[in-house]
Amino acid sequence: MKFFPLIWKNIWRRKIRTIFTLLSIFVAFLLFGILMTIRAAFSLGVELAGVDRLVVIHKVSLIMPLPVSYEPRIASTQGVALTTHASWFGGIYQDPQNFFAQMAVERETYFKVYPEFRVPPDQMKAWLADRQGAIVGRELARRFGWKIGDRIPIQATIWRPKSGAGDTWLFNVSGIYDGDPGVDTTNFLFRYDYLDENRRQGQGLVGWYIVKIADPSSSAALARTFDNMFANSEAETKTTTEKGFVEGFAKQIGDIGAIMMAILAAVLFTILLIVGNTMAQSIRERTNELAVLKTLGFSNGGIVTLVLVESLFIAVLGGALGLGLAWLFVQGGDPTHGMLPAFFLPTRNIVAGVGLMFAMGLLAGALPAVAAMRLRIVDALRRQ
Amino acid sequence: MSVLRQVVAVTLLNLKTIPQRLGSSAVAIFGIAGVVVVLVAVLSIAEGFRAAMQSAGSPTRALIMRTGADSEMTSGLGGPETDIIKQAPGIARDGQRTVASAELFVVVDLPKRSTGTDANVPLRGIEPSALQVRDEVKIVEGRPLQFGTNEVIVGRAASKLFSGLDLGAEVRSGQNTWKVVGIFEAGGSVAETEMWCDARTLQGAYRRGNSFQSVLIKMTSPQAFDEMKNWLTSNPQVNVAVRREQDYYSAQSRALTTVIRTIGFAIAALMGVGAIFGAILTMYTAVATRSREIATLRALGFNGFAVVVSVLAESLGLAAIGGLIGGLAAYAAFNGYQTSTINFQTFSQVAFAFRVTPGLLTLGLVYALIMGLVGGLMPAIRAARLPISSALREL
Repeated sequence: MKFFPLIWKNIWRRKIRTIFTLLSIFVAFLLFGILMTIRAAFSLGVELAGVDRLVVIHKVSLIMPLPVSYEPRIASTQGVALTTHASWFGGIYQDPQNFFAQMAVERETYFKVYPEFRVPPDQMKAWLADRQGAIVGRELARRFGWKIGDRIPIQATIWRPKSGAGDTWLFNVSGIYDGDPGVDTTNFLFRYDYLDENRRQGQGLVGWYIVKIADPSSSAALARTFDNMFANSEAETKTTTEKGFVEGFAKQIGDIGAIMMAILAAVLFTILLIVGNTMAQSIRERTNELAVLKTLGFSNGGIVTLVLVESLFIAVLGGALGLGLAWLFVQGGDPTHGMLPAFFLPTRNIVAGVGLMFAMGLLAGALPAVAAMRLRIVDALRRQ
Repeated sequence: MSVLRQVVAVTLLNLKTIPQRLGSSAVAIFGIAGVVVVLVAVLSIAEGFRAAMQSAGSPTRALIMRTGADSEMTSGLGGPETDIIKQAPGIARDGQRTVASAELFVVVDLPKRSTGTDANVPLRGIEPSALQVRDEVKIVEGRPLQFGTNEVIVGRAASKLFSGLDLGAEVRSGQNTWKVVGIFEAGGSVAETEMWCDARTLQGAYRRGNSFQSVLIKMTSPQAFDEMKNWLTSNPQVNVAVRREQDYYSAQSRALTTVIRTIGFAIAALMGVGAIFGAILTMYTAVATRSREIATLRALGFNGFAVVVSVLAESLGLAAIGGLIGGLAAYAAFNGYQTSTINFQTFSQVAFAFRVTPGLLTLGLVYALIMGLVGGLMPAIRAARLPISSALREL
């Protein structure tokens, strides 16, 4: 501890150099935070997908509908806790660029299967009482400035209404749901009975079923049970865990995760190169001083510690500031206003980031530290 | 003119002494090269996707869908409607028939070869005239499909990307079986990600009755579009939106291209800031190690301006080398890299190749030079301002 003033003096010996080194590391870790956030966003919240939920879709493709008559058969299967269904609406709000997910859901069961979507009880009551009601996500409501009671017109693309003017469906915002960080709050959820009674064709069809099971370890067996139950029928099914389903879909977007990691590797390598070189340069300049310290009786270990503490200090200070700013930025909310389904910095990645800072500090300091340790006093003192 | 001579002399001296500072110069070069690689690579994704979508559109073709539908996936047209559409003026003719194809567009789940997970592969039901409408399509292996059967032809990219789409293979999808009889190419466009079968067979397999989703039309000329559009939109028997094929595909690529570009530029900007700091550090180091040399020059009567220019020239030179290395590395590593993503408008896979274009390489080089200029400026001024007497005395 008593040598801290010495380290402090050494760090600020060339102010400009230290400041730019700090800034380089700061930028690297700011990027680290942002890239990890993008990566988490494109994995579509797979970490939060329930292992106790199964998704039942049409065997040919998700776009093919299933009959609503499957519901009682699924619900009465041994081991099923609860079942619900959803249907893709795919409408347009004002402009095709304003894309967000709209789904018709079963009003009594949907939010019980998805307890992570939290709806205040009075808003839930209002929804159950209003056939045209819709529950919208917090981020979505913020994106378009919707409030409870607003009337939202949505242009149909697939399901055209039987009556009314043109292709427009009208909804009332009955409630706004919220969730923990990482929960997708960009959905527009409305009542299936409203859709089914008012669409021109497709009555009695739903998009997919979500089944909550009592025991997650029975998921594979139950999935087989369902698929066998509907084999050789008009609509054969394919059942997967929700986690598997989300992962599969994220893979369809492409390997965003790998691309982000590649970029990150390039960034960190580049910064390490720059910082390492600067650190080495700063130690080389001080050869004489180090030799004096050795003459005064500093051990090799002491010299190495001095150099390493210095480089660790710079790496951790710059890194913490960068990662901290990234965290603050992410807390500020999604800048694309709901184009990304989730926008959060996973804790796992923050921990990894802190580990990286220490690794970077040690790596950058290691070479000059060893060089300093190996110095022979006589040579070093004689050197200019 | 003596100023110019001084500039040249000092700059040459600088450049000649670079080998003595090889380590720190290499750091600046690789720092900048790293940024350029990332910038060019990310933008080449957007460029490749845009090219695949846009080359699918021909100026002489028009796509007819139901009003309100923004993609083939959500559109729906009755059989009788498509018959009326095919009577529109301005459609190219082959004898008595108009050259137009009423089509269905669905997706089937097939596993990707790379990951083994299911992907939404587009399956298009076509009419016999479809190959006449799309005259760029060529069967490169096997033969055209026979209409009235369960045969399919598969795009080159689809055949590579998804398992089970080899020539001669049978593809099971639910209760349907498709037999692959041919592989086609379509100039690298999005069509190469599709499987094509007889529209009538597909109607039966997907229980679509006598309905279609779109009609693709070959026009007599690009100018025939307006007449055709007026005729169709004013005809009370049909309720359709008429688009040029090019407009349709460029609208589809816009959303994704914008997202990729935004991410690419944002990351490159941040990385660029980091690399500028790197360049500044390198140049400061260069100036610091040569402060006595610079002071000697100043004492000999070389003026400050010459010193500034020489430091800037060195920094720009290093940046240019970094930019070139970065651009070439990105080209070698990523140009032509085949991948696929999902197109959310049609909810189906699109195969495309990364494209490192000369434009992108130029952009990367320009960006590298900007980094070099900004990075060299402060150290250059510092070098020129070095107090001669104390610098000479420095160890």
